[in-house]
Amino acid sequence: MSKLIASAAIRGANGLVAQAEEMVEKAIAEKGKDFAFEFPDTAYYLPMIYAMTGFPVKTVGDMKAALGFAKELLHDEPEDNIWKPYLGEALDSGMATLFAEEIILAIKYIYGLEPVKDPDTGYVYNGFITDTIQRNLGIQLVDGTMPGFAAIIGAAPTDDIAVNICRELQEKNILTFLSGQSNGDSVTKQLQRKGIELGWDTRIVPLGPDTEHTLYALDWAIRASLIFGGKKAGDFKEHLKYQKDRVFAFAVVLGPPDDIKWSTGAGAINMGFPAVCDTDVPVIHPTGVCIYEEVDKEFDHAKIVQKAIEVRGLKIIVEKPPIPVAYGPAFEGERIRKEDMFIEFGGQRTPAFEWARMRELEDVEDGKIAIVGANVQERYEQGGQMPLGIVIDVAGRKMQKDFESIVERKIHHNINEAQGLWHMGQRDVNWVRISKAAKGSGITLEDIGIIQATMVKHRFKSIVDKVQVTLYTDEADVNRLRDEARAAYKERDHRLGALTDDAVDTFYSCLLCQSFAPAHVCVITPERLGLCGAYNWLDGKAAYEIDPTGGNQPVPKGELLDPKFGRYTGVDDYLKKASGGAVETLNLYTIMENPMTSCGCFECIVAIIPEANGVMIVNRGATMMTPIGMKFSTLAGTVGGGAQTPGFMGIGVNFITSKKFLSGDGGVKRIVWMPKALKERIAEDFKRNAEDAGVPDLLDKIADETICEDSEKLLEYLTSVGHPALEMDPMF
Amino acid sequence: MNKHLKSADETAERIIEWAEAERLETCFERAEKMKPCPIGSSGACCKVCHMGPCRLVGKDAEEKARGVCGATLPTVAARNMARMIAGGTAAHSDHARDMAYTLLAVADGEAKDFKITDVKKLYRVAGYLNIEFEGRPVNDVARDVAVKLIEDFGRQKGEINYLSRAPKKTQERWKKWGIAPRGIDREVVEVMHRTTMGVDHEPDHILMGGLRTALADGWGGCMISTDITDILFGTPAPVKAEASFGIFKEDEVNLVVHGHEPTLAEMIVEVVSEPELIAYAQSKGAKGINLGGMCCTANEVLMRHGIPTAGGFTNQELGILTGLVDALTVDVQCIMPAVAELSKKFHTKVITTSEKAKMPGAMHVEYDEHNAKDVARNIVRIACDNFPNRTKKGSHVTDKFPVIAGFSHEYIEYMQGGRWRASFRPLNDAIMAGRVRGVVGLAGCDNPRVPSTGLHRFLATELIKNDVLIVSTGCGSAACGTAGYLTPEMALENAGPGLREVCEAIGIPPILHLGACVDNSRILTIASAMAAEGGLSDEIGGMPAVGIAPEWMSEKAIAIGCYFAASGFPVIFGGESPVGASEEVTKIMTEVWFERFRGALHFEPDPEKILELTLDYIDKARSALKLKKYEPGKFGAERVLMDMAARREIERAAKPHIGL
Repeated sequence: MSKLIASAAIRGANGLVAQAEEMVEKAIAEKGKDFAFEFPDTAYYLPMIYAMTGFPVKTVGDMKAALGFAKELLHDEPEDNIWKPYLGEALDSGMATLFAEEIILAIKYIYGLEPVKDPDTGYVYNGFITDTIQRNLGIQLVDGTMPGFAAIIGAAPTDDIAVNICRELQEKNILTFLSGQSNGDSVTKQLQRKGIELGWDTRIVPLGPDTEHTLYALDWAIRASLIFGGKKAGDFKEHLKYQKDRVFAFAVVLGPPDDIKWSTGAGAINMGFPAVCDTDVPVIHPTGVCIYEEVDKEFDHAKIVQKAIEVRGLKIIVEKPPIPVAYGPAFEGERIRKEDMFIEFGGQRTPAFEWARMRELEDVEDGKIAIVGANVQERYEQGGQMPLGIVIDVAGRKMQKDFESIVERKIHHNINEAQGLWHMGQRDVNWVRISKAAKGSGITLEDIGIIQATMVKHRFKSIVDKVQVTLYTDEADVNRLRDEARAAYKERDHRLGALTDDAVDTFYSCLLCQSFAPAHVCVITPERLGLCGAYNWLDGKAAYEIDPTGGNQPVPKGELLDPKFGRYTGVDDYLKKASGGAVETLNLYTIMENPMTSCGCFECIVAIIPEANGVMIVNRGATMMTPIGMKFSTLAGTVGGGAQTPGFMGIGVNFITSKKFLSGDGGVKRIVWMPKALKERIAEDFKRNAEDAGVPDLLDKIADETICEDSEKLLEYLTSVGHPALEMDPMF
Repeated sequence: MNKHLKSADETAERIIEWAEAERLETCFERAEKMKPCPIGSSGACCKVCHMGPCRLVGKDAEEKARGVCGATLPTVAARNMARMIAGGTAAHSDHARDMAYTLLAVADGEAKDFKITDVKKLYRVAGYLNIEFEGRPVNDVARDVAVKLIEDFGRQKGEINYLSRAPKKTQERWKKWGIAPRGIDREVVEVMHRTTMGVDHEPDHILMGGLRTALADGWGGCMISTDITDILFGTPAPVKAEASFGIFKEDEVNLVVHGHEPTLAEMIVEVVSEPELIAYAQSKGAKGINLGGMCCTANEVLMRHGIPTAGGFTNQELGILTGLVDALTVDVQCIMPAVAELSKKFHTKVITTSEKAKMPGAMHVEYDEHNAKDVARNIVRIACDNFPNRTKKGSHVTDKFPVIAGFSHEYIEYMQGGRWRASFRPLNDAIMAGRVRGVVGLAGCDNPRVPSTGLHRFLATELIKNDVLIVSTGCGSAACGTAGYLTPEMALENAGPGLREVCEAIGIPPILHLGACVDNSRILTIASAMAAEGGLSDEIGGMPAVGIAPEWMSEKAIAIGCYFAASGFPVIFGGESPVGASEEVTKIMTEVWFERFRGALHFEPDPEKILELTLDYIDKARSALKLKKYEPGKFGAERVLMDMAARREIERAAKPHIGL
């Protein structure tokens, strides 16, 4: 019965809070109460404590204060007979546990004990999950490619079962966190023994060897409501409602749970995350704290993942091509090293290209996979290297020439998502590998065609009625068709270049992030791509054709109210509706007045530096200090959640090289600082912009972290190089 | 076995038998000897002027009978009903007035023995009253709260403060039908005026005046009393205690607090642990001081301190019959004058304490809030002094039952999600999913005219078997407590499968003890919170919830029944109908009220029929709300699995079933 769970949770919390207290006292004695601490790369202090209480823990002394919150949540265990109610008390204990665990792990960080390094294998666990990782994954969280999160705690009865469970989670696109042990074993070790690739690329992330490390997963979850939800620190009701409604996380507990597992679980239940156990535990079925059951059990390991997904109320639609290996975004990040490779195509080793082209309906034989070449089968079986031209012919009543590039860009994902297949590059610089393991599973050359045919149809249903794939394997054919393809690429680029904001009458919205940031609306124009960098205007247009009621909607421009700042009646009307009234009006080309809002998964942040009369841009992943005295992670915390913040804005990288970049504020000439790596990344396209602006060497005049990281030195530098921003009209 | 049971409580029955053998008279014997007057009990007697009393009886009395003034039977029955409402409202509300003035005295520093115990609750109440509390001295806030609530008694125009705590739709019904009360005293006075000789003669109109008064009781007097008592003495949270006569100790001074007001009782609770008083008791040969309660004063100190209760209304004489009670202090309401007379046969001292209530044969020690503790100490000493006078005489029973009590609105919210996730979501979910079929407020008195507490026991066991969650108050709670029903084990052993799961998940008894009879106000606020939570009805009316007072006898019960009905609960009272003589009045109180307020007040003597009617109301409400049809053992929400598109719509779509 659930009293057993409550008793265990209450006991566990009492123990952990006492342990945390001891550790805090020791740390204060040894390091002093003013010893500063922050988890790596986060703007949210100890995120759980911060989100729940609003109290920013910055020092060891603060930890002691925060532990006070935890102590208030402790209770006595229920008695054996005539007990008093225990559910509220157990949930309180769960929260106390999370606070205590967060403090315990923080102190372990101080002493260099985190992230944990396995003494036997030397494997270093992930430890705390950074803000950057969270933001990097932003778009996947919302576009359905990462619909849920699993925390697996403990160890499966056998290594094979552990592998099966994780494979099933991968195939269902779930991001899986591993922690804890059972009988001295853990799923992490089980997977390692089976040679399974672990890490963010394969969506199996070992956080640490103890149950307490599960807290890192919950810290990740709670930052979703801080970052994307725009919930205020301390507004715990809003945070927890967000978690319950929008963060589809659940726990799978393998092996018999102990007090700490129960108390950590009780903490997770506060967030609406249920647990499914593989042992004969008491269950808690009544709903209301979680959407469905709080604790359930499933002894059949073949069913436990499905059960957990259902208990969390998660719908997962997986389209898998009929190929003999597993398939899904979780396999996208797999690498195939040379020694594991069976055969490769392209990659400057053999001629290769990939090309999607629109044909008339009658010219396409739906589902046909043709392989052209002499002795193809024989050559494939030998392995090694082969030329490869992939030509995908698509036809459909709603297909448009403009969508070719979109279909083509998906070839990368289509191949990569197959386990044991790997793809890189695009167009005529592509590179494909098939692993020995995949070959062993029976992957054929034809399967590459099958994958494309199936996935193109799936991804572009209602645009693509017919698809046929032809694979060319003879060098002469490949070279000949590659020339044709190159001509097509060129024409396509030319047409795209002519697409400007002024030339179209409709923009597209992107509401994908509303599953996480309900008030945020991206307005995507031909010259301004989505701030996540993943969706441009054509993507939006195609997505709308595919699903007219989906996340991308046409936004008629309406009347142009302000040509300088880019304000349109149609955009304003649409925004009011789509943001639920949160945003009234938007200027597309300025940062100073009613700029675009952010969900939180922006690639870069633009921020004004008033004293320099310009802006700086810092990209996600950059960790250095910036001239405005904030790192990316801190800065990112001030932008996001769907709020307009004049002077600050999230953008996609490619927007920097757009002609419309802050055109209302003076354009690229306003840029005074960027990280060096970002400068290098955009250099080529930026040059054209700089020339148009009349400052061909603008990029050199823009400072970076090798030049300065504070505003005083920045000004010195700008003055010394004669940066144009200094001479421009004041921004205010 | 044809033996006529006087009480369904076996322990009580044993004492009654002993008393009968000793030829000591109790209410049970008197009830047997004196049948109710058939004319008065059905509402057909008019004695509002001295041309009568008139008996409106005979063939076709409804149409033909007239009083001397020409009043018809429906007019007379309605007037009688309205006057009962006024009586009950006056009782609760005068109690509430005293509480409000105590709060004011505390705020002004004039009642040094009291303090603001629950500041959080004070702030919450200040919030309801739009009183600024942040950054202000606690006593200033308390003063403003007291003053603002005191205004509710004497307000002549406008509306009483707490109406705004009801769901919007419920408030709209009150406004539409003109029954939003202005001031508590005004409504009582107006009903007394309207029902005096020669004023209001239209039955429906009289009864609407009655409902307006009843609302002043529920959303005024009762709610004010509950809130202020929580502020002064703490908002209850679960406590473990004991019930029945076995709580009296052979070797300790047994002091019993009986009646309805908590103030003096709270002081006694505080002083009985003072070493001087314990030493004093010991000097009299006792091992210590044992404080017990009875009736609703008992409920007040049980809810907050776990002071054991000897039971409800009909146990008061029986307590004395144990021979173990050294002193019985009484304050107001439901105190049988018989106790003073009976006490003379024993050593028991009966002490009246309220300036409002004296009793021939009792000693009077007047309570005064300005030196409350001294009064309390004085009373404890009187009890100690009396200990040596105890004789062997008495029934000396020892049975007692464990009790879990202390379910305030606030704790019920907390227990469903803890500090972070407190809400009524789980309860609403459980009702929607059919785990819990519905909720019944089991309240009201216990009554010697039926096997006392027997109807409570029958309904309690049957309802929980049918997956109905019970919230109990007043002597309904006492009846369940002395039956041993207020334990979590009761759920495991006797609740239906769905209710059992819910009780097991939270760790609660299937019957939640909400407090004294004034604390029926907690049921109003709980129902309002359930409406606000969503997924069920958006007003109190239409909820799968019913109020039952199977053994009612007091006018206060009538006031409560009527404010429940006007708020939207179907209410079923046991016993013969006090308006049974008039078909028209009966129809108004059931069908007409149901149409207007979705509440009703039925009278039904047959407990089987009460059960049937209750379940019928619940099932019809479920069906009107389009909830899953109740089937025992078959429950569970239909899963709505969310894909990404569905998640984007969360903000826009109303999804009551997955709110926080």
